[in-house]
Amino acid sequence: MPSDYVYHSNFWLEEPEESNPFAAKACYCHGYDVYGQVITKATWFEYLLLMLKGDRPQPGEAALLEKIALVLANQGPKEASIRAAMNGGVAGTNHSSALMSAMAVGSGLYGGSQELEICMRLWRECEQDVERWKVRLQDPQEDERADIWPAIEHPPGFDPNGDNIPTTLLQSLELLVQFAPDDGALAWLRNHRDILEGFFRCPISITSVAAATFVDLGLDQDQGSMLYLMLRLPGAAVHALEQRKMGWKKFPFYSSAIELEDDPGPYSEHNQEGKQ
Amino acid sequence: MNHERLYDSESRLVTRIGKAFLTERVVMHGKDLHHQLDHLEWLHLYIYAILGRDPGRNVANMLNCYWVGSSYPDPSIWPNHVAALAGSVRSTPSLGMMAGLSIWEASIYGRRPEVRALDFFYRAGKWCDEGGKLENFVDHEKDQGRILFGYGRPLAATDERIAFTLAKAKEYGFYEGRHLKMAFAVYEHVNKKHGYSMNVAAVHAALAADMGFTCEEYQLILSPGFVTGMAPCFKDARSRPEGSFFPIRCESIVYNGVAKRDWED
Repeated sequence: MPSDYVYHSNFWLEEPEESNPFAAKACYCHGYDVYGQVITKATWFEYLLLMLKGDRPQPGEAALLEKIALVLANQGPKEASIRAAMNGGVAGTNHSSALMSAMAVGSGLYGGSQELEICMRLWRECEQDVERWKVRLQDPQEDERADIWPAIEHPPGFDPNGDNIPTTLLQSLELLVQFAPDDGALAWLRNHRDILEGFFRCPISITSVAAATFVDLGLDQDQGSMLYLMLRLPGAAVHALEQRKMGWKKFPFYSSAIELEDDPGPYSEHNQEGKQ
Repeated sequence: MNHERLYDSESRLVTRIGKAFLTERVVMHGKDLHHQLDHLEWLHLYIYAILGRDPGRNVANMLNCYWVGSSYPDPSIWPNHVAALAGSVRSTPSLGMMAGLSIWEASIYGRRPEVRALDFFYRAGKWCDEGGKLENFVDHEKDQGRILFGYGRPLAATDERIAFTLAKAKEYGFYEGRHLKMAFAVYEHVNKKHGYSMNVAAVHAALAADMGFTCEEYQLILSPGFVTGMAPCFKDARSRPEGSFFPIRCESIVYNGVAKRDWED
């Protein structure tokens, strides 16, 4: 018997122990026995795709997801979400606080999951039509109303501060294409990026590569966004841990870089009288 | 080369927001924090910090009512529920409060409806400035399939915060504002046409428009506003046996998915 308050799920079933209704004897994910079969027979990425998509994935899909997970695992200390986690780690914050800061900063419109969501929405709208991409990338907003998210300030999926595609990103794209469908989003991106990069005078970013990968995996923009947030956490975690050990004396403190344009100077009663 | 613009800010930030001259003094928007802003109540200072100017005591008092009026120490409210869960599993106060606050940025309550409602009144004002009728603007929004945030079919018979907020608006001199009048005119229209009621999001947003906040300022002002209801939820759950906050039995997860199947099939 359930209690007065129930939760509904279309993918998760739990069967209770006879001796304790709060403890599970078995759990089923989209019909598969998780502890009896899935964790013994599936890979981590097969299980992830099963949870997200509802069916046991094709081997190629799990391999592609694993490769993008490897690409995203550590973007290095320059990347804003990792830098945020390091800012927490260096001061000995809670590990969860460091990861929360990574997710908050990593959700933005410049290189974050919100930008990825827009990219995935545009994939749905533009598909493989380069002229439509040119138009929509210039004006990607859904409507003119204000929202909790500001308007994006650059073509989504591109780096306005970049000049050419970085070698590391090009290596990643070339690798991912090998695991992706021949006529899919990644292959199209690889073959057409130079047209769009020339048009916008800046290179594609990791966000567009991740978005194309998630499109090829058949994920929607909400699923892609969640994955993008999760898959970048390993780097945030390890850099936060490293800074925790490294110590605050070696960590930048930008105070001397901040210049006050209108510094009133030290306060004194005398000063204030002079200003009256 | 695009990247060259980054050189300018690599080791330099020129600003007017202020600076902490540690061991010496702190400046906020041109004023000494400990000598010139020390008389302000915390919320008033917070508004000054966001706006870069002092909007006056009446604005601070009015916004204080938003915060006081939404401080519900009730763990059934979902963000408060998160804070209580954190307490129940013996997480920390800051983590519980921040997690709870972050989910106030939601679509069916909290930040998105508040921002959309404020934007609605500004766009409605512009429409009327250009000679349009307010009712036509509302119908136009409805025709586009847009939700009129602040209005809708009532989940509860009344919103207990409306009378409270309006009384405070009278007290602090905001009762005659243009956008507040519009909020009631919209209510009259949608009530007659669709049977909608009005909730406090419309009243708050209309008053915010009369106070002249941008949508971003409004988001910043409201972001920490519900923390007062969360703190007691955390503390109460923390004081009870661990894991005892509305526990869920297996059968309370009602499954509506595919039948059991074999991994090898």
